[in-house]
Amino acid sequence: MSGYSAYSTTVDAAPLGYGEHAGARGHGAGGPASARIVIGYGFWIFLLSDFVMFSCFFAAYAVLAGQTAGGPTARQVFDPGSVAIETACLLLSSFVCGLATLAVAGASQLWTHVALLVSGLFGFVFVLLEAREFAGLVEMGAGPQRSAFLTAFFTLVGCHGLHVSLGLLWLGTMMAQFYAKGFRRNIRHRFLCFSLFWHALDIIWVAIFSLVYLVGTVL
Amino acid sequence: MNILGKLTWQAIPFDQPIPLTAGATVIGIFIAVLVWITVKGYWPYLWKEWITSVDHKRIGIMYCILGLLMLLRGFIDALMMRSQQALAYAAPGYLPPEHYDQIFSAHGTIMIFFGAMPFVIGLINFAVPLQLGVRDVAFPTFNSVSFWLTATGALLVNLSLVIGEFARTGWLPYPPLSELRYSPGVGVDYYLWAVQISGVGTLMTGVNFVTTILKTRAPGMTYMRMTMFTWTALAACLLIVAAFPVLTATLAMLTLDRYAGFHFFTNEAGGNAMMFVSLIWAWGHPEVYILVLPAFGIFSEVVSTFSHKALFGYRSMVAATMVICIVSFLVWLHHFFTMGAGGDVNATFGIATTIIAVATGVKMYSWLFTMYGGRIRFTTPMLWSLGFMVTFIIGGMTGVLLAVPPADFLLHNSMFLVAHFHNVIIGGVLFGAFAGMSYWFPKAFGFRLHEGWGKAAFWFAFVGFYVVFVPFYVAGLLGMTRRMQHYDVPAWHIWMVIAAFGTLILACGAACQVMQIIVSVLRRDELRDLTGDPWNARSLEWSAASPPPSFDYAVLPRVECLDAYWRIKQRALELGRLRDEPDYKPVEMPRNSPTGFICAAFATIMGFSMIWHIWWLVGVGFIGAFATFVVFAWRDIPEYVIPAAEVARLDRANRDARRQALETYLAQAE
Repeated sequence: MSGYSAYSTTVDAAPLGYGEHAGARGHGAGGPASARIVIGYGFWIFLLSDFVMFSCFFAAYAVLAGQTAGGPTARQVFDPGSVAIETACLLLSSFVCGLATLAVAGASQLWTHVALLVSGLFGFVFVLLEAREFAGLVEMGAGPQRSAFLTAFFTLVGCHGLHVSLGLLWLGTMMAQFYAKGFRRNIRHRFLCFSLFWHALDIIWVAIFSLVYLVGTVL
Repeated sequence: MNILGKLTWQAIPFDQPIPLTAGATVIGIFIAVLVWITVKGYWPYLWKEWITSVDHKRIGIMYCILGLLMLLRGFIDALMMRSQQALAYAAPGYLPPEHYDQIFSAHGTIMIFFGAMPFVIGLINFAVPLQLGVRDVAFPTFNSVSFWLTATGALLVNLSLVIGEFARTGWLPYPPLSELRYSPGVGVDYYLWAVQISGVGTLMTGVNFVTTILKTRAPGMTYMRMTMFTWTALAACLLIVAAFPVLTATLAMLTLDRYAGFHFFTNEAGGNAMMFVSLIWAWGHPEVYILVLPAFGIFSEVVSTFSHKALFGYRSMVAATMVICIVSFLVWLHHFFTMGAGGDVNATFGIATTIIAVATGVKMYSWLFTMYGGRIRFTTPMLWSLGFMVTFIIGGMTGVLLAVPPADFLLHNSMFLVAHFHNVIIGGVLFGAFAGMSYWFPKAFGFRLHEGWGKAAFWFAFVGFYVVFVPFYVAGLLGMTRRMQHYDVPAWHIWMVIAAFGTLILACGAACQVMQIIVSVLRRDELRDLTGDPWNARSLEWSAASPPPSFDYAVLPRVECLDAYWRIKQRALELGRLRDEPDYKPVEMPRNSPTGFICAAFATIMGFSMIWHIWWLVGVGFIGAFATFVVFAWRDIPEYVIPAAEVARLDRANRDARRQALETYLAQAE
């Protein structure tokens, strides 16, 4: 998944007539908005649809959370310590992604790559920790096939993990693009989408942390 | 482990003559078409101008062609079902149960996902950017990806005819029947992957058009100056963005149940099959409005144009559209009143359902008052619109009846229900799509469709519809449930025979549609649309040439009011001349890209190998699709420039045609 559109280049003339009209924000009076606004807006709409998809997995978890079928309950399988480290990794990764945004704005190849690398490493550690948690659960006989509760848990948290993993693939591609193509306009627009995606995954994680792990261990 | 997963020669139905013959015929026609293209040397043209095109008009036309083909394909299923039920009174008929079940499942799946959806999205693709006064959609290459992913889904469904089988679960695969234990074959898997892949394409279309309509409009195109069709397209695309992720998630859950032994909807380990029903209809009911809202938009354009009047109550229409957009998310439980949610819940959703009918009623009055006092021309698109009004009112009233929970308990899953939803989907969506097709055809191709054949198609479809579906209502009230392979109640038989006769009338209608296109192409010179405004219409798309140049508009129009092109024409009449020639500048347009086609090819490989458990090939498909996107992301020159001289040449030709039309009109007026 990489967000970009077919236009927006180093060329100054605006393709499709976008942004030709000074101050155009797409509100009607001024004509089509600039490529940056169109792309960022479109990607936001996509993110909203992604949130809707997650909300279905949350709903399924809420329905099935009590259906343990005689197997382990939430309190028995969740490890708050590991989840705390995962959360820290993800939030730090997002913070460093924010620093990468500054580096991109400053057109610094070195700092962009350093920040993206660090951000990616935090993300990678997150995925590793989650994989270790999943592997541990499967080993103790609490895999997703055990009960409807575990099915819903693995799917919801795993779907987030899958998003982070695909995000890492995108992050790597993004680094290669900055390296090969520099800071031209369409690459910066893509990076705008990537950073939106990366931060959005935090929002999902905050919901998972609260509604799954906190509710599961505290209540 | 087998290198081809579950795929063996057993998958080809050598022992079943009907699917084998049908499959062989389809493959035969397909190969014949490919050979013909090769012999004629059309491949370079097709590749450059269509397959890799990112032009919204070309993509829209391809969507409509896909929709038309799949409508015919689904209609063949309908013919088989009707003939089976006419014959299967106290007899086995000619279709064995396992085959009959596949046919009604395929019929619903194909008609909704690959017939109606592509047709409606195709018309949106073609008309909305033109009506907004812009040159393309927000993300042209993604638009191409969307189309080809939809085509992938259609291909997979049709592949199931020849290799393996299709689902026997109905068009929405309710568990536990659709779980692995009760449907161990590949049929449900074909359904899941075909719908999932095309669903991703539809979601991208939704994102694309919400962005296009909200962020890229011609200067001066404020919300209250957008055409009704654009408004309905916006509402439909908002619904796509909000509803299709629900479909994605629900199908993913069923897929995990079937592939990985999960327990979302199973009978064991705490799974909950009722959750599937709730989730799938949380998508399914908005889906109904995704289809019908754009049809409402088409009728608004057509009725206003052919009544020679501005749309009556434009603001109420906009409000009604957005009310439907929101309320459509609050009624999904009426699809399963009988599941046992309790009286209070049922009453709430019953009331919400009747409220949504109010908003639809507002629209109906708007169309009626638009016609009132107008100078009505009974052209083909107008006939479809009038036929819609009558038919949709009947369908709407039976819908309100079904919205009353106690009545629904009697009619649930009966032929009455089947009659109701065909009443609104055929009478609303299909009539709308045909109205849109005959309305915008001259804009797309530069010549009109033949009126005689078009009117014949309408009358056959209109009469045939009632002959098929009124008997359904009666049979339903007589207690006949849906999806029966055979039955032994004598009272139902006569109605099934009449309905089967009705499908023959509908078949005449379908034949007339095909003839209409063939005759129109052959006689295109006498049907030529020289002015670009064959209907004396009101919205901006009619100010572009027919067919429009690749860039649609030489300069983006400045919009001053609703019915912008009408104002332009009125002004030209007052002044006796056209607007001043604009200052032509070079236009940059997005370059064509094979990304969509190649990506869909890999998606096809991925879907097919998931269905047959060929895991290594799944990996190949995923890596291929990712690599395609990276190659696309790496290109340096995403646009090409059309020089100002070329822009001027094309626009001047358009202006000359209009100047002549104006002069002729003024001379006649004197």
